[in-house]
Amino acid sequence: MTDVSTSNGVAIRTPWRPRWLAVVGIAAVVTTALTVWLGLWVTPPDEVQGNLARLLYIHPAVATVALYWAGGVALLGSLLYLWPRTRAFFWDRLAASAVEVGAVFSALTLVTGSLWGRPVWGVWWTWDARLTSTALLLLLELGYLALRRVPADPQIRARRCAVAAILIAIDVPIVHFSVDWWNTLHQSGTILDPGFNLHVHGSMLWTMLLSFVAFTLIFVWLLAMRYRIEVLQDAVGDQELEVSLSERWNEDAELVGVGGSGGAVDGDEVRGP
Amino acid sequence: MLHDAVLVAGKDLRIEARSRVALWQVVPFAILVLVLLAFAIGPDQASLRHAAPGIFWVALLFSTVLAIQRSVAVESGEGTRDGLRLSGIDPAGIFLGKAAAIGLQLLALQLILWAGVTFLFDVRVHVIWLAVVACLLATVGLACAGVLYGALSAGLRVRDTLLPLLVLPVLAPVLLAGSKVWQAALDGNVSSGTQWLKILVPFAVVYLVVGIVLYGPLQEAA
Repeated sequence: MTDVSTSNGVAIRTPWRPRWLAVVGIAAVVTTALTVWLGLWVTPPDEVQGNLARLLYIHPAVATVALYWAGGVALLGSLLYLWPRTRAFFWDRLAASAVEVGAVFSALTLVTGSLWGRPVWGVWWTWDARLTSTALLLLLELGYLALRRVPADPQIRARRCAVAAILIAIDVPIVHFSVDWWNTLHQSGTILDPGFNLHVHGSMLWTMLLSFVAFTLIFVWLLAMRYRIEVLQDAVGDQELEVSLSERWNEDAELVGVGGSGGAVDGDEVRGP
Repeated sequence: MLHDAVLVAGKDLRIEARSRVALWQVVPFAILVLVLLAFAIGPDQASLRHAAPGIFWVALLFSTVLAIQRSVAVESGEGTRDGLRLSGIDPAGIFLGKAAAIGLQLLALQLILWAGVTFLFDVRVHVIWLAVVACLLATVGLACAGVLYGALSAGLRVRDTLLPLLVLPVLAPVLLAGSKVWQAALDGNVSSGTQWLKILVPFAVVYLVVGIVLYGPLQEAA
């Protein structure tokens, strides 16, 4: 463990940095580099879409992380925080971290989808079902993050955010179905069609599967780092409060020491830092 | 629980009847949205008639946000929420009561908006029962989701800016389905309309059940 100094000179001990996290980070870098190499140099261009198909090695994996991994962790963390037997700040911090990382991945899903849509559909944005529901998901996540930033007692904030995350999780399928019926343009499943027949073959398939591993590892690493920052932020908050209190006590003690006329302060009641 | 709900709904509606905030602020606001959206679309009668279902539902959604804010505001006085909690009323009863009060106000508002779109945009609803069923189902959904999100933002200093951000994306399916049912009701296309009721029914049921279950924990967090 090492010490970290904050802007006002408060020293806090850095918590929780397990060795496996470094292993995950290195594995994420290696798999991402491999995906880039395979995706840009080894795999051939697509028969129909040419080089555009290379977005296949980013977009589906990013979307999977945004919707399933981040959403799943956020929902699980929130449910376990609300459940009295498993209530611990660990779950609250984990859920909040998952929503924040999830929001980044949702935004990336929209950007990469849009980059692909421009040459293929001819427009940056189209009101198709998956784009629209992903955009709504991002807005719901931003709402959660805004709620999270409102200053409140940690327990109250945790409970409020847990309920908000569960409400979002309930809303997402309804949003998805409604938008799906509203307008559908997007291709159906990327790798498997409803009959579970493979559409992607050979080196392209392996590269795509590797991209799922790479982005999952990146997600795990980001989630753990974000969780660590949550812990540090709480620690800083606690320590700053202690420092402020002790400074206040010192002021009172100095006033009494000088023999200040503030008779309201009884020397016996003044506590040292 | 139902007795408690009636008590809470009666209290909220009495406050509204005496303060007349809904009548003098929410209703004019809803009509204002109708007029402003008509300005944005242009004076062409055919375009306005085509956009009328969407305009009706957007006006309703924005007004719902105001109604929720009002419902939260009546509990924001010094110790009012604590008083309600200490009164021994079942949290589910409070939830249902507040939802019923908002729901009744929204129903009255929809009647006014219906008259508004008929008068301003010259639309005629051909399948009246379809439009009425959509309004009733949407009212349950909007009121229940609204009360839940109102409770989530209650007690926060930034609740007035936070609530629309939280609640409007959640209410988006009601806007989509409501507009489509109304379009079908205007065109006389019953089968297309009933298809869209399949979104409004689960929305209403899910938020009703979730509200009954989660309002208790939420109240403690406010």
